[in-house]
Amino acid sequence: MNIKKQFTEGLITNNPVLVQQIGMCATMAITTTLFNGVGMGLSVLIILTCCNVVVSAIRKIIPEEIRLAIFVVVIAGFVTIVDLLLQAFIPALSEALGVFIPLIVVNCIIIGRAEAFCQKNTITASFFDGVFQGFGYTVVLIIMCVFREFVGSGRFGGGLIDVANGFRFTMDGTGAGIQLFPSQYGAAIMNLPFGGFLTLGLLIAVMQYALKKSAKKKEEAKKAAKKAEEEVSEAC
Amino acid sequence: MLTTILSISLGAILINNFIFSQFLGCCPFLGCSNKTDTATGMGVAVVFVMGLASAICWVIDQYVLIPLGLQFLETLAFILVIAALVQLVEMFLKKSVPSLYSALGIYLPLITTNCAVLGVVLLNVQNNYSFIESVVYGITGGLGFMLAIVLFATVRERTEFSDYPECFEGFPICLVSASLVALAFMGFSGMSIFG
Repeated sequence: MNIKKQFTEGLITNNPVLVQQIGMCATMAITTTLFNGVGMGLSVLIILTCCNVVVSAIRKIIPEEIRLAIFVVVIAGFVTIVDLLLQAFIPALSEALGVFIPLIVVNCIIIGRAEAFCQKNTITASFFDGVFQGFGYTVVLIIMCVFREFVGSGRFGGGLIDVANGFRFTMDGTGAGIQLFPSQYGAAIMNLPFGGFLTLGLLIAVMQYALKKSAKKKEEAKKAAKKAEEEVSEAC
Repeated sequence: MLTTILSISLGAILINNFIFSQFLGCCPFLGCSNKTDTATGMGVAVVFVMGLASAICWVIDQYVLIPLGLQFLETLAFILVIAALVQLVEMFLKKSVPSLYSALGIYLPLITTNCAVLGVVLLNVQNNYSFIESVVYGITGGLGFMLAIVLFATVRERTEFSDYPECFEGFPICLVSASLVALAFMGFSGMSIFG
């Protein structure tokens, strides 16, 4: 078990949205304000961690043939719990995310991690996998929200941050956010479905560029090391 | 009655298209739109499953969950119904229409995790639709999905031969072209013909 490796995997090299390219419906749909993004990201993080732990705990007793049905029941159970909790304690978030909270049931990230990771790993490893993968998902949502909000309406932290009476976080989604430039100069189209598709496309492109570049760098470093080694051996 | 059905249909197919304005069912939309043939097959299967799921889930919701006060189990019950339904459709097709079964291949079981199917069922409950309205919304929502995926498959066949930056290979170029198609679909937004 290697927590540091799992962390980089969840955040960068095996990021659920940017690299595995799963769970994109909600990613594009709800990233209009930072409030929605953070709320959705944390909900997925909690559900993913709980499901990972449970699936990993029961991995030895579930029959192979009906495992998917069992996973779905476990996931649906946790999604219902989170849905009801949000309705009770953060109704504004529940309203803003609407049908996308129950739809976490069919979010490929959760069933994908259960199938690909928790089936074969210990409970602790699965727990950290859930936390880090959920964190990677949250970070992507936050990046998309910040970008779309800034370009679309010149705002930062809509719903989550209020600066009217000093800086404070609002948990009920009422904060107006920080206005960086007047909203009428923003490209309002970024708040529409068009912006969701475009932002995610650009983000994945940037990620692919960066990963390719770092892979090339590693290769070059390897080559240089090999060359140096050869020179040393030749000198000997 | 007729006007309600017409407005629901138009809304589901064009104005509030499941993919381009509600982001439901994006995974199969991006995954199975390589070729027009597979896209059409997937679309047909989704129309069928969405229509059937809407009908069955409406009945279960009205006659089992609501009388027993178990509405909080809706998500769980619906996903199980959908999973069972997809399995049934798969077995039925395998026996009676093997040609269509082999054409759909892996996409058939994947419909279970298509969020458009669970989405339409949940939206039916949210909007308090009657039985007929639910079924109409399910079928026309599926038709909207099919329209979007077939249209996009034709777009995608063209992008394969175009010259774009290397880092856009794969999903990014699909998403960017999907954003342009979504822009075209925005032309329908705000339309309300029948009130």
